[in-house]
Amino acid sequence: MAILVIAEHDQLSVKGATLNTITAAKQLGGDVHVLVAGSGCAPAAQAAAQIDGIAKVRVADAAHYVDQTAENIAALVIANAGGYSHILAPATTFGKNMLPRVAALLDVAQISDIVAVKSADTFVRPIYAGNALATVRSHDAVKVITVRTTGFDPAGQGGVATVESLPAGPDLGLSKVTGRELTKSARPELGDAKIIVSGGRGLANGENYHRLLDPLADKLGAALGASRAAVDAGFVPNDYQVGQTGKIVAPDLYIAVGISGAIQHLAGMKDSKVIVAINKDGDAPIFQVADYGLVADLFEALPELCDLLD
Amino acid sequence: MKILVTVKRVLDSNVKVHVNADGSGVDLANVKMSMNPFDEIAVEEAVRLKEAGVATEVVAVSCGIAKCQETLRTALAIGADRAVLVETDVELQPLAVARLVKALVEKEQPGIVLCGKQAIDDDANQTGQMLAALMGWAQATFASKVVVADDTATVTREIDGGLETLELKLPVVVTTDLRLNEPRYATLPNIMKAKKKPLDTLTPESLGVDVTPRLETLAVTEPLKRIAGIRVADVRQLVDKLKNEAKVI
Repeated sequence: MAILVIAEHDQLSVKGATLNTITAAKQLGGDVHVLVAGSGCAPAAQAAAQIDGIAKVRVADAAHYVDQTAENIAALVIANAGGYSHILAPATTFGKNMLPRVAALLDVAQISDIVAVKSADTFVRPIYAGNALATVRSHDAVKVITVRTTGFDPAGQGGVATVESLPAGPDLGLSKVTGRELTKSARPELGDAKIIVSGGRGLANGENYHRLLDPLADKLGAALGASRAAVDAGFVPNDYQVGQTGKIVAPDLYIAVGISGAIQHLAGMKDSKVIVAINKDGDAPIFQVADYGLVADLFEALPELCDLLD
Repeated sequence: MKILVTVKRVLDSNVKVHVNADGSGVDLANVKMSMNPFDEIAVEEAVRLKEAGVATEVVAVSCGIAKCQETLRTALAIGADRAVLVETDVELQPLAVARLVKALVEKEQPGIVLCGKQAIDDDANQTGQMLAALMGWAQATFASKVVVADDTATVTREIDGGLETLELKLPVVVTTDLRLNEPRYATLPNIMKAKKKPLDTLTPESLGVDVTPRLETLAVTEPLKRIAGIRVADVRQLVDKLKNEAKVI
């Protein structure tokens, strides 16, 4: 049996989360195929073919796949699901939105957000915001799975998969994307960054957030993140949010500035390799997970930190 | 137009989670249970749509044990007009709930179904999307703004990297994200009034839905605890540790 991974891509390249999903797929045993559905997505398909360990890339290129809406992509996956024992997608907003439709139409359960593969039918997934880990076995004929990217290393390059075209399915015409406001940034994306500098309510306002954190992020080549409190207070847009209800991240270095460390936030970053906390409240829960804690006034500590990194 | 809103009874979000020592699950005996916070946002949005004149009736639905009636009473106190409980002692998984709600949607014929984007117990994030697929409807997940005019819903969604706006023809399933609204507190008079609102009880059998679980939970364990590291004296020592000990910068 073969395994199908639904690629998340921007037509030109494959998004990083797809690479982690492919690593999970390879642990299941079987040929791994990648589905690239988009419009003008040949470059993304070519990029997918070069990922290590892929047997085949299947491409559906049609105008109505340009926005990768859940309804049309799920229908395409269903039409091409024959012969697959497992269907996987990254547990990003793309995968979470689309894949449950595939599971429902196949009349099978979805196993959400897996962080480990125990065997071809048994997986580990966090529940209760990561406060518990459930080991679950699927009894369904097809396993439909979203993969938490922090649980798996990204797949490497060097593959030479064949690329085949698939006929596009019909446009269901159920929904239409009329606008996207994407945060433009020269910095790495939160999900892919090796270093993340993250700010919380302690920064007091959005102006302080950028005045103090932007230079540090620039020096470290880091992505910028934020706590839910900072997002709710309007310091930065919602896509900066790290936490159970925002992005789940696990960079090499996570620097939490003025973040108290609510459970909700810890659930999104506690798998980071090294955690630094800078907070003036020495009792803040963030210090219970920090490798290096600095009890200090961030308004003095941050400029000093920047200077010392020169 | 009618709005159907789904609510789930879960461990209260402020209660600390304890994993049973025998690995059987999370301890739910004698702890506070509440409405899933994302569902509270869904109920609030439904009630606001009724107050704005878009909807004529809000029907709250829950699936699970008899005590889910309490959760439905909370929805009625926020402003839902009536409630339906599909009562069963079987452990319900998202596909089963989606099938139960589909059966109710076919009876009630709502123009919009509002669901929380995920429940804070199983964190599955599936039911709304599954329901939309089973109905052959459009979906708008992770909504931060919902505008309904004529037979079209315009929904702003929170996606990785920013926001996306969708236009969807009704009927539609919308799942709620945190920033859609701030749910009101139920006032005492409304809590009293909620006790008199109609609450019907059905069963999976009466709806002809098989709710047998598809996933078997083999074990529930505590995650590895992260151990607190050291406190550094100043910024200089922090930089030194990061460079020479952790070697991450």
